Amino acid sequence: MFESIHDNLDNAFKFLRGENKLTELNIAEAIKEIRRALVGADVNYKIAKEFTDKVKDKALGTENVLKAVKPGELMIKIVFDELTELMGGQSAGINLKGEPGIVLVAGLQGSGKTTFSAKLANYLKTKKGKKPLLVACDVYRPAAIDQLSTLGEQINVAVFKEPDNKNPLEIAHKALAFARQNHHDVVIVDTAGRTTLDDAMMTEIREIKEAIHPTESLFVVDSMIGQDAVTTAAAFHEAINYDGVVLTKLDGDTRGGAALSIKYTVGKPIKFISMGEKLDTLDVFYPDRMAQRILGMGDIVSLVEKAQEQFDEKEAKALEKKIRKNKFDFNDFLSQINQIKKMGDLKNLVSMMPGMGKALKDVDINDSAFKKVESIIQSMTPTERANPELLNMNRKNRIARGCGQSVHEITAFIKQFDQMKQMMQQLSTGKGMGTMMKQMQNMRGFQG
Amino acid sequence: MSFFNKFFTREKKEDLNQGLEKTKTSFFTKLTKAIAGKDKVDEEVLDELENVLITSDVGLPTTVKIIERIEARVARDKFLNTAELNGILRDEIVNLLSENNTVDLEDYDLPAQPRPQVMLVVGVNGVGKTTTIGKIAFQHTIRDKKVVLGAGDTFRAAAVDQLKIWSERAGCLFFSKGMNVDPAAVAYETVDFALSHQCDLAIIDTAGRLHTKLNLMNELGKIKRSISKRLEGAPHEVLLVLDATTGQNAIEQAKHFSEATDVTAIALTKLDGTAKGGIVLAISDQFKIPIKYIGVGEGLDKLQIFNKKAFVDSLFE
Repeated sequence: MFESIHDNLDNAFKFLRGENKLTELNIAEAIKEIRRALVGADVNYKIAKEFTDKVKDKALGTENVLKAVKPGELMIKIVFDELTELMGGQSAGINLKGEPGIVLVAGLQGSGKTTFSAKLANYLKTKKGKKPLLVACDVYRPAAIDQLSTLGEQINVAVFKEPDNKNPLEIAHKALAFARQNHHDVVIVDTAGRTTLDDAMMTEIREIKEAIHPTESLFVVDSMIGQDAVTTAAAFHEAINYDGVVLTKLDGDTRGGAALSIKYTVGKPIKFISMGEKLDTLDVFYPDRMAQRILGMGDIVSLVEKAQEQFDEKEAKALEKKIRKNKFDFNDFLSQINQIKKMGDLKNLVSMMPGMGKALKDVDINDSAFKKVESIIQSMTPTERANPELLNMNRKNRIARGCGQSVHEITAFIKQFDQMKQMMQQLSTGKGMGTMMKQMQNMRGFQG
Repeated sequence: MSFFNKFFTREKKEDLNQGLEKTKTSFFTKLTKAIAGKDKVDEEVLDELENVLITSDVGLPTTVKIIERIEARVARDKFLNTAELNGILRDEIVNLLSENNTVDLEDYDLPAQPRPQVMLVVGVNGVGKTTTIGKIAFQHTIRDKKVVLGAGDTFRAAAVDQLKIWSERAGCLFFSKGMNVDPAAVAYETVDFALSHQCDLAIIDTAGRLHTKLNLMNELGKIKRSISKRLEGAPHEVLLVLDATTGQNAIEQAKHFSEATDVTAIALTKLDGTAKGGIVLAISDQFKIPIKYIGVGEGLDKLQIFNKKAFVDSLFE
């Protein structure tokens, strides 16, 4: 729906030609488009309305809207800036001061509390050098305790649990004592999911909060949540007055308008965003990127950052040298594939590019596209991998048997490898982009 | 069995009313507020109606459709009393719900043939797949059907344990190959198990997956194929579980999951926890897939067969 906001706005401004001033009247259509787009992104209706009123005032006060080549673009900029400002504010980290620091995690059923708790523990352990303790206080959902225990094992973090105890308050208390005894400096308390309508359960979370005095209370919410985000966020806020919000499942294609609704309603910062089920995919929240997402503008900054994170500078320098000397071999190729894979789900990555979200919906981007290539390389001997020129027919036959593909496919792959090698060398020696693009196009045949 | 039928019919209505309490009150207090002090359906009333529908998660396309229909009626009848708006809205909602030609089921029932019936359950993470399976199993078990649950979520930590506990609560059989095994193999062998144990129904759980992850969606296709390999014509039902608190992304989910696995029915969970029963309208309007089950509370017996008439009655009562 939102991919077309540019077009829609341009259309809305078309009839403005010839007029030299924005008025309530002639801007109405554009404002309506913006509101519809926001509502389509699950921003609360009332908030979308208030927000667009603000945008309208801004736009009316902006002198040169009509002088701009594309007034639509300028409007989007105003919307974008307003969104960013609204969702931003103090992006303080989380408060872990205390002996131990205590983090309380609460939210609706299925919002991703348990997975987030484990991710946070992993983050604090690996990035902040903490010694966290996870506490299993969800005594209701079947196997919730087992789930936390399993996750704890995966990241090597201790989990405090009392499977036979049905009293989360008691468990939390004992966990604190245990943490002090065993020198854990952070305690993360995972609680049961609850609907805001369930008075008994809302009272329970309030009591837990009052009993353990968390240094940081976090409200975990599914980024796909609809119009109810506002009431839910407010009800939890009333119960535990949380310090921050965690948005989960942002690896889907939701526009995440809830982020705006929640910030607008309770004024609490969004502190983390969670994408994917791998336990190291916890990110800090950037309001500008979220604004881009709500507006369907892609998230190029995250993409670049993701790439940088996986980018090993030394390795890259060595590789560059090899390429220049035309020494790029199958080992290098394999490690390149691994680097790309490390960045995560391919489709997820590409969808961060502006405008690609929609275009890619029906395109087959498959992580297993690499599998074929990997299996071929892995069927080579170390000597062959380091010396591609060794591959004669005899060797190709053997490789074909090893990887279960036809000799023809091996030959095709080697040909492409050579082309790529050539292309990279051209690139490093600064030959034209045109040639490269052409070769890239030829490459695309080999994908699956 | 007839005892259960009677017993449940009375209770069921109360549950539905209670479960929809939040939807109902917010929908109608909003609507009443919107038309207070007005005697004519005009632009302003329609604007308010749009507001009410959208904040109930009906979504833009379906809202626009409803509004346009009412506008057409206003144009035809020249003068419409606001007091009539309720009745008109009800008509339009009934129309919308019945347009996708799905038959209302009265109760939990399995087709006479073939045996076993195989149901594959799919959905994104955290919508309540496992819970829904437990509740469906319970309904059939108390109707003297032999049910087996297949633990096809071999990925999420402790998912197998969770399903096992549900099988115990429902009093049915359970089949698992443990964690981190190929879910397609689990599905195949669950059907195998159901055949050799003469089960009436096999329900196969799958790991939650976001509809944007192509390889995971492809995996669903594989699971489905391995089921048909063991039993031709199976699965007889592919049930997509949607969370009623989800916003417009629910539409995307329905779209992508149907593309990947030919979804035959939808279960809408957590309807009791939201003011937004409106997603029922959006889905009925935009898909040909019937909503078959709705979750209206946490208890084992709080999953109901969705009945359009009962739903609308409950909304407007």
